[in-house]
Amino acid sequence: MKHAQTYQLTVNEMNEFLEQLSKKYDIYAPVRISCGGRYAKDDSIIYQPINTYQEIEFHERSTYPLKEVLTPITQTLFYFTEDEFKESKSPQKDVLIFGRACDINSIKIQDQIYLQNGGIEDYFYKRIRDKIKFILMDCPEQFEGCFCCSVGANKTDMQSLAVSDNNGSAYVGIYDSDFNNYFAKYSAVDHEIQTPLENELKVDYPVIDNLDLANKLKEHPMWKEFDARCIGCGSCTVSCSTCTCFETTDIVYTQNAHIGERRRTCSSCMVDGFDKVAGGQSFRKKTSEKYRYKILHKVYGYNARFHTGPMCVGCGRCSARCPELISYPATLNKLSQAIKEIKGGVQHD
Amino acid sequence: MTNNPVKPTACKLLDIMPQTQTEWTFRVKNNLPIKHGQFMQLSLPKVGEAPISISGFGDGYVDFTIRKVGKVTDGLFSLKKGDNIFIRGCYGNGWPTEQFKNKTVVIIAGGTGVSPVKSLVNMLCEHSNYARNIYLILGFKNSHSILFADELKKWQTASHFHVIYTLDDENYPGFKKGLVTDFIKEIPFASFDNEYECIIVGPPIMMKFVGMGLLMNKVPEKKIWMSFERKMSCGIGKCGHCRIDETYVCLDGPVFNYTIGKKLID
Ligand SMILES: Cc1cc2nc3c(=O)[nH]c(=O)nc-3n(C[C@H](O)[C@H](O)[C@H](O)COP(=O)(O)OP(=O)(O)OC[C@H]3O[C@@H](n4cnc5c(N)ncnc54)[C@H](O)[C@@H]3O)c2cc1C
Ligand code: SF4
Ligand code: SF4
Ligand code: FES
Repeated sequence: MKHAQTYQLTVNEMNEFLEQLSKKYDIYAPVRISCGGRYAKDDSIIYQPINTYQEIEFHERSTYPLKEVLTPITQTLFYFTEDEFKESKSPQKDVLIFGRACDINSIKIQDQIYLQNGGIEDYFYKRIRDKIKFILMDCPEQFEGCFCCSVGANKTDMQSLAVSDNNGSAYVGIYDSDFNNYFAKYSAVDHEIQTPLENELKVDYPVIDNLDLANKLKEHPMWKEFDARCIGCGSCTVSCSTCTCFETTDIVYTQNAHIGERRRTCSSCMVDGFDKVAGGQSFRKKTSEKYRYKILHKVYGYNARFHTGPMCVGCGRCSARCPELISYPATLNKLSQAIKEIKGGVQHD
Repeated sequence: MTNNPVKPTACKLLDIMPQTQTEWTFRVKNNLPIKHGQFMQLSLPKVGEAPISISGFGDGYVDFTIRKVGKVTDGLFSLKKGDNIFIRGCYGNGWPTEQFKNKTVVIIAGGTGVSPVKSLVNMLCEHSNYARNIYLILGFKNSHSILFADELKKWQTASHFHVIYTLDDENYPGFKKGLVTDFIKEIPFASFDNEYECIIVGPPIMMKFVGMGLLMNKVPEKKIWMSFERKMSCGIGKCGHCRIDETYVCLDGPVFNYTIGKKLID
């Protein structure tokens, strides 16, 4: 990370700063929602608009990923009448998002699909993406299951600002000259905001360099156990920073009205119906086949198409969210083992 | 930023031509350029969208031949001439038509699989000098499921066409009883001097067995072309439904050469 001009602000000064920013920007950050979690008395931490510094949750991983600011779980694309489809309203203000290095890096993967794939830009993604600037949060305390360093997602240069929470004050680093004038009245301090250099959990992220190997891995017995373990709930993909799949559905307000809306809803290759075609045929019926499809996309398919590395930023949310305690890093280790076996010529029947 | 690739436009429904009880051809006003074998997304506001192959096109119109199977397709069947239908596209690569020039083209299609290849067959029929000659094997379940009866007659009488029409389990004039796979052996591949290409379209299981049949007749893999059907929502490489490893059927297909198609394992 290039060394930035850094300032130290009190909480009140941060709130003043945020208030000034809010004239131009909608500001999003991970926010704790009390009792909003899966189980009673369980909190959930989600990306929401904020007004004050104190609303930001610095000390725990957000339950749901940053992508939700760009691609909400449900989003209205069009309003339609008998003879016209009209796009939903564009965001008015620019957008500032607080995110950790992995979270910000995940947007490169979202960009790859929504803006690059097939040379076609998705209108709804692009219209908000163009308005976004990032505020990097450092990670002095890492969380259980983080492995950003194993996939190179621990560093970023996409931030306009960086913020480090320092018990009652905040360090703010400036990377984008657009923000310089907010700090004219402060004097710089000698402090460098760091992102993680090492994680406790180290994952040897598998490399599958050709389709023949990927196809051989589809036959490997390593997937079988997931028929019994995985319930195909899709929690792992909904909480994943880098998954992008969606469904498109129409809704009407009243039974006989000719007006309604077309929505885009977060979807998952882990749930039944994702691949179902006319005649009710599915291509991946067993849960083990769905899980294998998901894992091989992250390890093989994405990189084989775009040549930009894994479709994963090591945020650890998938494992944290799995109700069946399935560990994604453990799966990756098994996959590395299976690759060794196949390359070494071990046969399975 | 004006172009929105998933925004459907209203187009007039010019005509409805029933083929069977559950398969109708919808003729829709259109002026966009189309390649044989492409598809479009048809929308019915309130109900949703469905990807449908282009079964024909001409000056100012495009045809879709649709099987009534569920929500959107049921809704389309309740439309009347003059109503609006919403479309976006075209999508997909289409058939490698250039590759067929001056060669023998073998086309084996089953059921609604005839749709995505129909405009190509018509072109090859009308331009008798485009390809050297055509071997056409088309299969349907029974006499009630025969599609494009008028065109079948036209193709049968074209002098550069050799046709075999089949019904799975019924004796019926003009049709042989049996599966399309039973008749592959009647195609004189050895007489084509290697100057030929094969096309397969139909349900996945039919394509699998026809593919095997062609290979058994020593057809090289690279001469075989297939059109894939996968679940699709966006048609533009975003929603993920049609993806198989690094391949997006909506962007890179739906037409694949056998050498690539055989490696697409869902
Ligand atoms: C490239 C392509 C070309 C096609 N061409 C034709 C054609 O020329 N004529 C034709 O009749 N049909 C064609 N289909 C199939 C057609 O898209 C489906 O029959 C249609 O989407 C079903 O929609 P529905 O709302 O009526 O059915 P639903 O009520 O949604 O469901 C009925 C069945 O269709 C399946 N289905 C739903 N959406 C899709 C989808 N997007 N793709 C595939 N299956 C789906 C459902 O899983 C279910 O089994 C094509 C599909 C593809 C991918
Ligand atoms: S696969 Fe798991 S660790 Fe990787 S980006 Fe998705 S949720 Fe995070
Ligand atoms: S969260 Fe766990 S149980 Fe649910 S689909 Fe993912 S791996 Fe399977
Ligand atoms: S149909 Fe959406 S990615 Fe292909």
